Amino acid sequence: MLKITDLHANINGKEILKGIDLEVRPGEVHAIMGPNGSGKSTLSAVLTGNPAYEVTRGSVEFYGKDLLALSPEDRSHEGLFLSFQYPVEIPGVSMVNFMRTAVNEQRKYRGLEPLSATDFLKLMREKREIVELDNKLASRSVNEGFSGGEKKRNEIFQMAMLEPRLSILDETDSGLDIDALRIVAGGVNKLKSEKNATIVITHYQRLLDYIAPDFVHVLYKGRIVKSGGPELALELEERGYDWIKKELGEI
Amino acid sequence: MKQDNPNEILNDVTANDYKYGFVTDIETDIIPNGLSEEIIRHISEKKGEPEWLLQFRLRAYDYWKTLEMPRWAHLTIPDIDYQAISYYAAPKTKVAPKSLDEVDPELRKTFDKLGISLEEQMKLSGIAVDAVMDSVSVRTTFREKLAELGVIFCSFSEAVKDYPDLVKRYLGSVVSYRDNFFAALNSAVFSDGSFVYIPKGVRCPMELSTYFRINAANTGQFERTLIVADDDSYVSYLEGCTAPMRDENQLHAAIVEIVVHDRAEVKYSTVQNWYPGDKEGKGGIYNFVTKRGMCKGDHSKLSWTQVETGSAITWKYPSCVLAGDHSVGEFYSVAVTNNYQQADTGTKMIHIGKNTRSTIVSKGISAGRSQNSYRGLVKVLPGAENARNFTQCDSLLLSSDCGAHTFPYMDIQNDSAIVEHEATTSKINEDQIFYCNQRGIPTEDAVGLIVNGYAKEVMNKLPMEFAVEAQKLLQISLEGSVG
Repeated sequence: MLKITDLHANINGKEILKGIDLEVRPGEVHAIMGPNGSGKSTLSAVLTGNPAYEVTRGSVEFYGKDLLALSPEDRSHEGLFLSFQYPVEIPGVSMVNFMRTAVNEQRKYRGLEPLSATDFLKLMREKREIVELDNKLASRSVNEGFSGGEKKRNEIFQMAMLEPRLSILDETDSGLDIDALRIVAGGVNKLKSEKNATIVITHYQRLLDYIAPDFVHVLYKGRIVKSGGPELALELEERGYDWIKKELGEI
Repeated sequence: MKQDNPNEILNDVTANDYKYGFVTDIETDIIPNGLSEEIIRHISEKKGEPEWLLQFRLRAYDYWKTLEMPRWAHLTIPDIDYQAISYYAAPKTKVAPKSLDEVDPELRKTFDKLGISLEEQMKLSGIAVDAVMDSVSVRTTFREKLAELGVIFCSFSEAVKDYPDLVKRYLGSVVSYRDNFFAALNSAVFSDGSFVYIPKGVRCPMELSTYFRINAANTGQFERTLIVADDDSYVSYLEGCTAPMRDENQLHAAIVEIVVHDRAEVKYSTVQNWYPGDKEGKGGIYNFVTKRGMCKGDHSKLSWTQVETGSAITWKYPSCVLAGDHSVGEFYSVAVTNNYQQADTGTKMIHIGKNTRSTIVSKGISAGRSQNSYRGLVKVLPGAENARNFTQCDSLLLSSDCGAHTFPYMDIQNDSAIVEHEATTSKINEDQIFYCNQRGIPTEDAVGLIVNGYAKEVMNKLPMEFAVEAQKLLQISLEGSVG
């Protein structure tokens, strides 16, 4: 579904991604790990079309379409979802309103009629349960006054509402206690199917105990320097990143 | 689910042009340009006015001649040639229409086009409407039904004829013709407007609404609204306004006077959408308006809510004089400026009575190269024991070329007063927009969502029927302002 070829990207003129190659197929879970500043969050920002980043080289194909040519909202409509590392607060805009706008924009793109209020609320109720999100949150403003855990659960709730084909979870485990982590990971697992795929960006093995990856990639200095199976994550957990740097001849 | 779903609302917003900019092709009776005693006599005569009203006009005119246009606002106002304006324009009709059938079909079409159906639609939504085109009231609906309760709702001209004592008693009692330059001008040449009287103990069962429309070219609109709420009464009043797109600037200088007696309450809501001029700042309405209410009675309450999106220049400070003990004044405002629009708007809360309270919530939204100022005065007089005021004043910037300014004045002459002031200025957050984008919401809609969220506290104060229109307006007036 996703094919990244030789992707280079800048922010403020500084090159962060220096040639990424990655292919993701339906049903797969990919973990991207790597030390701070290696370009993990940049990759998610570039894929979702954050205007702060500039792609200088390479291509990204998403279900045969040139992803980089699409606006951020159309990337979303095509089924790309990002669970933000730092979910944004939007004061005065209720979750219900926000989600209804999002869901109906997606339906419009796909040539469907907007959902009726009743159907929408029913859908919300259903999806809320996946991450055990309180009903009260729905009437509150988007992320405003949410705790760290609530924010991350709210991200996965939105993912459930939009039913993406490819989800990128950007450090979804950061700032979560163990209970919240279990709920969030449980939600992600419930949403997993043969038809969709997930890219998990994380520092730690911890999250991967709950969301089992099929592939693990190490991102370092803007390149994927090593790929392997789940055992690679365990090895990184045990040995840190220095041995990879050594392999690269840096130490 | 509440009807405040911006998605639906925003979906039916298509073009980013001012959609009320059409001109009605109707025969108009316009008097020659210029202002003189003769012109004023001419207007008064045309309206068949009594002598006392003519004298009122002439006194105002004499006083106006001694004044200079105020320059203290944070506005760049080009010189206005007051002799180049026509002070009276009326759609030609033979006699005043007695029923809807007698209203010129072109006129009815105009108001239908504006979404102001003079009869059927309003019957459904339960709003009584006074439609004012150029200088005269076209038609007031529901007059008879309201009359059963003793509620008077009619055009100002009719009130002068039918209720001269009431008009004489209250006209100029809150906004004197000596108040300011534009008040003097309006007092001299005002042509029509609305008159409302709610008798003792009556809760007006429907929203009263006046819809102002400028149509003719080279004319000014000078209407006057007078609302009197007698003891223990209640009324909610709405005002809307639009004008055609024209390259020249047109002057609108209105007066609104409100008198609130013991334990009475008046809610006055405005959605101001005069033509703002084009993207280069050409054309648009100069909106110089004096609005003031007198909370005369004990425990009286006056609440102003305004959503200001139109006009090239806005100069407007709806105010409350809190004379009665325990009286309450409120001012909720959203002012949006885009392109080259300028707004200097705010309020005055004058605390005179004991235990008086006032609340000011102002949300300024500036985009393009516009200038948006809040100017407010909280004044507590020596006798106003235990006065309280809370002011919140927020500015949101949507571009780097616009300006937001705050001029809060306080004059506190009684030590028991508690006055609070909060102010914030922020720029629209690109992270918020991207977050919306990532969820599939395009930027224009995202801005609409964010701005409506920002203004929610004020929008919530609007009557339902108006809230929808106001949300749409916020969105439309900011289209193309980001990105």
